[in-house]
Amino acid sequence: MVYFSRWKVILVLAVCGFGLLFAAPNFLSVRQAEALPDWLPHKQVSLGLDLQGGSHLLLEVEVDAVVRERLESMVDSVRVVLRKARIRYRRLGVEGRTVTVTIRDVGRAEEARQLVRQVDPATTQAELGDGGRITLSLTDQAVRDWRTSAVKQSIEIVRRRIDETGVREPTIQRQGDDRILVQLPGIDDPERVKRLLGKTAKMTFHLVDEKASLSEALAGRVPPGSKLMPSADEFLSDGRPRMYLIRKRVMVSGDTLIDSQPSFDSRDNQPVITFRFDTSGGKRFADATRKNVGVRFAIVLDGKVISAPVIREPILGGVGQISGRFTVQETQDLSLLLRAGALPAPLTILEERTVGPGLGADSIAAGKVASIIGMVLVVVFMVVAYGLFGLMANVALVVNMVLITAVLSVLQATLTLPGIAGIVLTIGMAVDANVLVFERIREEVRIGRTPISAIDAGYSRAITTIIDANVTTLIAAVLLYLFGSGPVRGFAVTLSIGIVSSMFTAIMLTRLLVVVWLRRTRPQTLPV
Amino acid sequence: MRRLRFIPAGINLQFISKRMIFFVFSGLLVGLSVGLFTIKGVNYGIDFKGGILIEVRTPDAADPGAMRLALSDLGLGEVALQEFGAPNDVLIRVQRQEGGERAQQAAVEAVKAVLGPEVKYRRTEFVGPKVSEELFWDGVMAVTFAIIAILVYIWFRFEWQFGVGAVVALVHDVLSTIGLFSLLGLEFNLSTVAAILTIAGYSINDTVVVYDRVRENLRKFKTMPLAELFNRSINETLSRTVITSVTTLLALLSLYLLGGEVLRGFSFAMIWGVIIGTYSSVCVAVPMLLYLDLGRRAGSGGEGKEAAVEQTP
Repeated sequence: MVYFSRWKVILVLAVCGFGLLFAAPNFLSVRQAEALPDWLPHKQVSLGLDLQGGSHLLLEVEVDAVVRERLESMVDSVRVVLRKARIRYRRLGVEGRTVTVTIRDVGRAEEARQLVRQVDPATTQAELGDGGRITLSLTDQAVRDWRTSAVKQSIEIVRRRIDETGVREPTIQRQGDDRILVQLPGIDDPERVKRLLGKTAKMTFHLVDEKASLSEALAGRVPPGSKLMPSADEFLSDGRPRMYLIRKRVMVSGDTLIDSQPSFDSRDNQPVITFRFDTSGGKRFADATRKNVGVRFAIVLDGKVISAPVIREPILGGVGQISGRFTVQETQDLSLLLRAGALPAPLTILEERTVGPGLGADSIAAGKVASIIGMVLVVVFMVVAYGLFGLMANVALVVNMVLITAVLSVLQATLTLPGIAGIVLTIGMAVDANVLVFERIREEVRIGRTPISAIDAGYSRAITTIIDANVTTLIAAVLLYLFGSGPVRGFAVTLSIGIVSSMFTAIMLTRLLVVVWLRRTRPQTLPV
Repeated sequence: MRRLRFIPAGINLQFISKRMIFFVFSGLLVGLSVGLFTIKGVNYGIDFKGGILIEVRTPDAADPGAMRLALSDLGLGEVALQEFGAPNDVLIRVQRQEGGERAQQAAVEAVKAVLGPEVKYRRTEFVGPKVSEELFWDGVMAVTFAIIAILVYIWFRFEWQFGVGAVVALVHDVLSTIGLFSLLGLEFNLSTVAAILTIAGYSINDTVVVYDRVRENLRKFKTMPLAELFNRSINETLSRTVITSVTTLLALLSLYLLGGEVLRGFSFAMIWGVIIGTYSSVCVAVPMLLYLDLGRRAGSGGEGKEAAVEQTP
């Protein structure tokens, strides 16, 4: 045990050397670190949002909304096919994840089933029950596919929207089944981003139904093919929004927009939004406006009418403008949303954690002071308790800190505020392995062993204890990592790294120091 | 140079014969903790309860009274204000809003509107009902699995009796920490769970060191009565136990006093945990073994290994 083979010495020194090399960039400023030559490591420890300041948002894609929408459009299609075939039915509607309808003439039920099945054969199954009741249900596969594609698409749209706001280096990633994690470094008031993400921004153009009377519709007699829709910003005297009766059929959909910009109306200088369709959208818009001059059309955004102008002349160039009662900020936000595209489903913010740059900087400063003072206290204590051996343990402690920094830099693991707590705790606990060895050596000396034999026995006996004791702590740290979230994970990371590196420094490095000292001085008694 | 000996060599304190005192003390501690937890409960932070936490820095010394008045007009239910570290730092807690995630979001906006543009937002945290529930169960699972995993590891490395003893001590530490949080009404949040898991790791670390010595002495002194052997094992490792606790406490004290307001709860829990963990390893985990039918088979597998080590010069 006292003998150290040459390759082991080289290994220990190499680990320490590499540790120093990889930890070094952290002692430089960011700019200096980036300017280092390529062959030198230049990665610094990456700081968590709680230290560098920024906003962490956990979003959930409301996938059920997609399914519901799909079912509702299936109801419409079923109505159309049954009417076309002149099959009388009743109780057509959505029930859970199915569309159900009861055919009055049971004799034609099978025929109806065949027709209904053709509405969407790829994603549905139609079953005929008792009394002419047909159940049209979505296949699990279809629901799963929608879920996946809705989340994927949402991530893309979220990314585009955030990129448009100019946030630097955002992280946007899928988490779990239907969640999206958004991290925005350097943002201390994410209200605008949250507002932007909170809107689906689904825009459609519909003709206003001017043949039917609005008051009839409000009384509950909505003509088939039309629907009532509230205004976004016009209110009646009783405070309720003004209602519009619009055609259900979408004249042109907002997903054919290719550009949208905030602007001002050339006549009254009010803030407006200009937009441009792609070729197919432009053509459809031109056709629709040509056929309906004099009729009003409604611009619907997320289930609300934002404006309903009269078509004075065919709009042929594929370019238009939306004038509502907008503020400049609203036109900026809305045009951004239209440019970035609509979300396939609404997003809910499940969790927000935002830390301002001031608090982050304060935390780093406090963490530094706490680490340094903690370290000084432990270092002094170790010298008082173990003298020369304590000094050697202190060398190991410093190397330990260097190794933790190096591993964090290389793995690019995120250092969080609890992570700093983990490091400070490691300072206190890292000397434990050395304490175990030194105490053992003391005991061996006491029973009359020579220095060499005492050190030898001390190391060989303490080693199993060190491993057992550290593995159990490591188990707790790993579980903390698996079940912890966000900053707490950072704690688990630094604690785990600290445990492993303290085992290395105690078993290898301190021992090397002790052995070298032993060979040089050949002491008769041990100063332990 | 004379070294300071914190624990004199050859110390022989009577731990085992005083075990009834420890058992009564620990029994009371755990009983009271469980009682407090069931009757009073703990002060869950927003991580587990859901709700809103906003830390603001006002340009001048804050007037919490006026702020409280303005915020209570919003009708958001319970709003708690607390000076946080400095007179112009205020921590605002708003209870979880009825009506799901969107209602929480609206409440955040309402609070920010009332506070106006002069204040600086140092921290804004909002946890919706869904996430808070998940975080709660994740915490419960982490602590449970950690205890089971440690039990299995000790069982595997020692004998089952040691595993049981270690876990009793561990549960003792975890429950009494929860009890302390309940008693003092301290906020129980994610970092408290982190502290509890670390306490578990630390306490088991201590226990393993003493157990290791018990196992070694069981091989060495085959005829020594168990009570005497346990007492000897505790005393032989006492110096290490105390020194490691002291270094850890030194680091934690520095963290508690200098590490900033956010970490204070965590370091407080850890300081308590180190003290109670050290106590339970020595005064609960080892005496427990007396009642666990510890046969003298323990360590018989390691006989050959021990002999081999003995022979190396």
